[in-house]
Amino acid sequence: MTATHELPANVNQTSEGGQELTSADVVAAAERLRELGAVLRVSESDALVAEREQVPDDETMIINMGPQHPSTHGVLRLMLELQGETVLRCKPIIGYLHTGMERTGEELTYMQGPTNVTRMDYAAPLFTELAFSLTVEKLLDIEVPERAIWIRMLMTEMNRISSHLLFMATNGMDLGAVSMMLYGWREREEALRFLQEVTGLRMNHNYIRPGGVAADLPDGWRDGVLRLLDMLPGRLAEYDTLLNQQPIWRERLQGVGVISAEECLALGVTGPILRSTGYDWDLRRDMPYLAFDQVDFDVVVGSYGDCFDRYAIRLAEIHESMKIVRQCLEKMPKGDYRIQDKKVTPPPRARIDESMEALIHHFKIFTEGFKVPEGEAYVSIESPRGELGCYIVSDGSSKPYRMHVRAPSFVNLQSLPHLMHGSLVADAVAIISSVDPILGEVDR
Amino acid sequence: MTDVDAQSGEADTPAEIAPETLFNTLLTRSHEQLVLHPTRENYAALLATLHAAGYHSVIDLCGVDYLTNDSRELPASIEAERFEVVVNLINHRERARLRLRIQIPESDPVLASAFTLYPGTEAMERETFDMFGISFDGHPDLTRILMPEDWIGHPLRKDYDVGRIPVQFKGAPANR
Repeated sequence: MTATHELPANVNQTSEGGQELTSADVVAAAERLRELGAVLRVSESDALVAEREQVPDDETMIINMGPQHPSTHGVLRLMLELQGETVLRCKPIIGYLHTGMERTGEELTYMQGPTNVTRMDYAAPLFTELAFSLTVEKLLDIEVPERAIWIRMLMTEMNRISSHLLFMATNGMDLGAVSMMLYGWREREEALRFLQEVTGLRMNHNYIRPGGVAADLPDGWRDGVLRLLDMLPGRLAEYDTLLNQQPIWRERLQGVGVISAEECLALGVTGPILRSTGYDWDLRRDMPYLAFDQVDFDVVVGSYGDCFDRYAIRLAEIHESMKIVRQCLEKMPKGDYRIQDKKVTPPPRARIDESMEALIHHFKIFTEGFKVPEGEAYVSIESPRGELGCYIVSDGSSKPYRMHVRAPSFVNLQSLPHLMHGSLVADAVAIISSVDPILGEVDR
Repeated sequence: MTDVDAQSGEADTPAEIAPETLFNTLLTRSHEQLVLHPTRENYAALLATLHAAGYHSVIDLCGVDYLTNDSRELPASIEAERFEVVVNLINHRERARLRLRIQIPESDPVLASAFTLYPGTEAMERETFDMFGISFDGHPDLTRILMPEDWIGHPLRKDYDVGRIPVQFKGAPANR
C-alpha cells in the first residue's frame, strides 16, 4: 500500500474487525430479533422465549467449526454458540475461497468469460456458463439456433443429475452412511463420463458459450444418454431401499432444520430449500428459459421444510431431470449448434486455410473478442441449488464492464443460523449438508 | 397455468399504470426488463411499497462503479453518480421481476439498508460494502464478508488496480 493512499471516509465509520461471532453477554436478549453480529433471525415468539430464558454466560461456549472440516463442504467456517449440545447461535464466516472472479471477469473478453465463471459452482459448472451466455446473448440481442438450445437443455439437465448425485453422496457421508457416498460417486462418475464425452472435460467444461455451444454432440451421444437413463432408475431404487426406508436415516433427518416458506422468501432462499417448504416455485416452469416450456416435467415440493424433504426433493428431481433428458433425446432438432453470426462465432477451422476473411475473423475474435452494445441485463436460471443469476453491464467494449453472479449458495447460506437454531451439534452437520453449499460459488 | 402466467414474467407491466412511471418511480426498459430509478431518499419508501405490492424477495443486490463508463443511459431527471446499487426483486405471484438502480455519490457512499424488510439482503449488502465501500445505513453487521477483515481498499472499485498490490494476508511479511 502506498503512503498516499487515503482510507475512504466510510471505512473508519464501520468495524472491519468484527467478522466473528460476539459472545452472548455483549448481545442483549432484546436484540435477539436482530442479533448484532450473528445474523440470526428468530421469530418474535422465539425472541421472547430467549429473553425469558436467557442462559447464563458461563453455561455457553463459542466454538469454531471449520474451515478445514470434512463436513463443511470445502472451506465454510461456522462459529457456534453452544449450551451443552444445543446450538444457540451460529454464524457462517466465508471468504476463504475468494479469488476475485467477478474482477477477473472484467479482465476477460466475453469469449473467455465462460472459462472463468465455470469455476464458480464446480459441481454444476454448466449452469454458470449458461447464465453468463444467456446474459451476453440478451445484451447482443441474438437468438441461438434451436439445436443449441436443446443441447444446452440436455447438458444442463445431465449436469443437474450429476450435481444431485454428488449431493446424495456427500449427504450420506455427512450422516455416516458411507456406503451411500460410494454409490453416489459411482453414479455421478457415469454422468460425468457422458459430460466428458461431449465436452472433453469432467468438470469446468467451458462448453456453453455466447452464441451456442463449443462443439456439436459427438457421434454416439444417444448411446451415452441411454446408457445412463437405463442404469439410473435401478440405482435410484437402491438408494430408496437403502435410505428412504431406513429408520435411522429418517430419524436423523425428519424434523431437523425446519424452515418456513415465509422465512425462505424473506431470506431470498431459492431452490430445493424453498421447495421443501411446499412453496411451488421453479424458474424452469414459472419463468421458462431455453425451451423448458416445451418439455413436460413436474416440480417436486415437500411439505415440512426439513432436511428429509430437501433430501427427498433432490432424489425426486433426478427422476424429473431424467424425464427432461429423455424428451431432449426425442426432440433434438437438426441444424447448427452455434449461431452463424461471423461477429460472434469464430469460423470453422477448415475455412481458415482457404479464406483470408475467415482468418481475420478468427484472429479478431480470439485476440480482441467481439463487442457487445452498451447496456445492462440480468438473466437467471434454475441451478441445482436455486436461482443462479448473472448481471452484466457493458460499456460497448469486448469485455464486461461489470460482471456479477448471483450465486444461490451465497444467499442460501444465510438460512444456516435460522435452520440451526436450537438443534444439536450432530444435526448441524446434517443441516449444512442439506443446504448443499458449494463454496466456490459462495466466495467467487 | 393460465395463458397470462405462461408469458415471460419479465415483460409484464400492470396495465393500469402509465409506462413512464411505476410505483411513482421513473421506469425504463432494458432488454424488455423493467428498471426503476428511485432516488436515494425514496429508496426505503419504494421498498416498502414494493413489499406490500407482492415483491417479497430481494433476489440480488450488487454495486457497480461507473467511474470509467460514461455510456450509460439514465432518465433525464436522474443525475448520474459514480456508484450504483442494483437491486433485483421478484414477485412470485405475478411472476414479475423489477430492477432498481440507485445512484450513490462518491463523496457520501451511503444507502439505507433493506435489512428490516428483506433480511436476505444481509450478506449481499455486506458484499457490496466489502467490494465497493458503499455503506448501508441500518445494517446490523456491516463488516467485510469476502476479503480478510484487515484488508485496505475495496477491490471492485475501478480505481483499485488489479495486480499492483502485494497480496495481503494476516501474518504475511508484506509491507502494507
